[in-house]
Amino acid sequence: MKIALLGNPNTGKSSIFNMLTGMRQHVGNFPGVTVDKKSGILNLGQEDHTIIDLPGTYSLYPRSKDEQVVYEVLSNKNHVDFPDVAVVVTDQSNLKRNFFLFTQIYDLKIPTVLVLNMSDIASRKGIKIDLDAINQAFPSAQIVVTTAKIGLGKERLLNAIAEAKDRKCENGFLENAFICPLDDLACQEKEADKRYEAIKLLITKVQSIDNSQEKPKVQALDKILVHPVLGYLIFALVLLVIFQFIFAFASYPMDFIESTFAHLSSFLSATLPNGVFADLLTQGIVPGIGGVVVFIPQIALLFFFIALLEESGYLARVVFIMDRLMRPLGLNGKSVVPLLSSAACAIPGIMATRTIADWKERMITILVAPIISCSARIPVFTLLISLVIPKQTIVGFLNLQGLVLFALYALGVVSALLVAVVLKIVLKSKDKGYLLLELPTYKAPLWKNVGLTVLSKIRVFVLDAGKVILAISIILWLLATYGPSTRMAAAEKQINQQSAQNHWSEQVHDQKLAAIKLENSFIGIMGKGIEPFIAPLGYDWKIGISLITSFAAREVFVGSLATIYAVNAEEGGNMRLIDRMRSEKRMDGKPVYSLASGVSLMVFYVYAMQCMATLAVVKRETKSWKWPLIQIGFMGIMAYFGALITFNLLS
Amino acid sequence: MIVNEIADSVLRPKLMEMGVIIGQELTVLFRAPFGDPIAVDVNGYMLSLRLDEAALIEVVDINEQTISFEPVR
Repeated sequence: MKIALLGNPNTGKSSIFNMLTGMRQHVGNFPGVTVDKKSGILNLGQEDHTIIDLPGTYSLYPRSKDEQVVYEVLSNKNHVDFPDVAVVVTDQSNLKRNFFLFTQIYDLKIPTVLVLNMSDIASRKGIKIDLDAINQAFPSAQIVVTTAKIGLGKERLLNAIAEAKDRKCENGFLENAFICPLDDLACQEKEADKRYEAIKLLITKVQSIDNSQEKPKVQALDKILVHPVLGYLIFALVLLVIFQFIFAFASYPMDFIESTFAHLSSFLSATLPNGVFADLLTQGIVPGIGGVVVFIPQIALLFFFIALLEESGYLARVVFIMDRLMRPLGLNGKSVVPLLSSAACAIPGIMATRTIADWKERMITILVAPIISCSARIPVFTLLISLVIPKQTIVGFLNLQGLVLFALYALGVVSALLVAVVLKIVLKSKDKGYLLLELPTYKAPLWKNVGLTVLSKIRVFVLDAGKVILAISIILWLLATYGPSTRMAAAEKQINQQSAQNHWSEQVHDQKLAAIKLENSFIGIMGKGIEPFIAPLGYDWKIGISLITSFAAREVFVGSLATIYAVNAEEGGNMRLIDRMRSEKRMDGKPVYSLASGVSLMVFYVYAMQCMATLAVVKRETKSWKWPLIQIGFMGIMAYFGALITFNLLS
Repeated sequence: MIVNEIADSVLRPKLMEMGVIIGQELTVLFRAPFGDPIAVDVNGYMLSLRLDEAALIEVVDINEQTISFEPVR
């Protein structure tokens, strides 16, 4: 049996879903739309049944791209997900608006379970509901009262679903039970009028309100959280806490994961017999998996906070106070959290755009997020800064090196906002951007919902984006390890000869061998091939190789240079690499890493989409390769011309 | 104040579905820091709308006087 779960936003629909399915949840795709298909397994009697959690809507008719699935699934009996039973979750304290969607589903004559949720809030508001009267009004529906947040009513709901299946649905709620075509707005308006008229009449019969208990309409919290000064101050504080966690605290588990995988690799290479398979495992697959797992702490932490903000009702207030400020940029108040977390890492930031309902606002946020400098750029920036920027104090107290680092970050933020403005004009959307957002009542977050959100995000990242990341990292490893066999053999022979002549130690021999192997690998050949193209930016083929290898992740740039220059970066830290780079000369005798080429490289790394994990996540979130490719394209163009201009201005 | 008319717009059906229908009582609860958007009570729930969205809704107060929201340009 297939069950569909529906309801207005903020009715506790996800609590009901979690109550029914627990850990047995799965995230998949609806064809053609970017919205996730969240389904779960619930157990009735001895049998398992699938329940699909459809997006929260106020009506059957879609008012945004992602709401379209609700209409598609329910209006077409031949749809693969067409349900045998529809479960409509309603908020008892706002029956009038909630009955709009419910009566539409009822009029589709799908066997329906009406869930009257949030009994506690209704009774706090003094709202009393006459169940018998509701039963009479909807003879073919099953009616259940629940308080999902404390798990109340689970058995009743399961029984109702089992019984609803066999209910005959003859009469609709409205006369003629009419449902309009998708694009006939006039018909939908006429329906809305009729439907509300009928609902108003019904409400007078089924509901009574004890006004003596009525609470003030504006909650005290709203006076503070939406306050012109305090509101922004509190939001800034919340952002600071989130940023601190994903930027600083997440580094401990991340370091642990990295060293664990490094140990695993060296353990395996010590135990396994030498060969292609061992190399693939220890240098390709294990580091590749490590490169996926390492993002989990940041994703978990960010979604822990976002789920808290959303569950408590605060996120809607953030949108409310940020809307006017973000509107000129084509962004939404909900873009603030994803963009800020992108300063630590764009991966969780882009995954967090899920909360932005409007397609265009969401796309703009996804497309500009990787331009904001993330923590993976820091190793590249610090290496280049200490190489070409002199250690000196300017204007009395400013550290020049620190100032340059700050300028690079500022360049990223300003560019991201400018690109957002351009995308606002360029991107076409059928939907007119609107706010029309419900500000839900504040409530204590449910830890079960928070935990399940975090788990589901991790699962989606590892299973969907992880595949792409692993695949690309293995391909990059293959390209960096193998080359044309005659060329590789000749190179190895040359090193062996030199080694014998000069009596190199084993360590020096290995380093020189690694360098010449990378130089003659496929990536090395590509790096030399692009030299004419990158020479105008001030780069040679050695930098070219590192640019290609660091497509895996920006920080790989440093390691690749260390390999090429055959220095052991671990011994003596970066200083030996910096010394080696400083002595690197061009054909004409000038240093390769001048102020011009160094700053040009930094600007290149501000803009270039040098991160396969981001690529994989954008693909996963937009459900197509189109957007990640467009993103690589325009960020690549910005990187190239940004670096070109910088190099020419400084030389 | 009470909803008197909603201007023809693609947002009209959405507003109606969210409970903003002719004859519905609305109360402005508070405004965002720059006066835009605003939060309105619609039959017991809080709806936030931008001023240009609110401008679609023509309301009359108890004295039957027409009030309208002018978006800040």
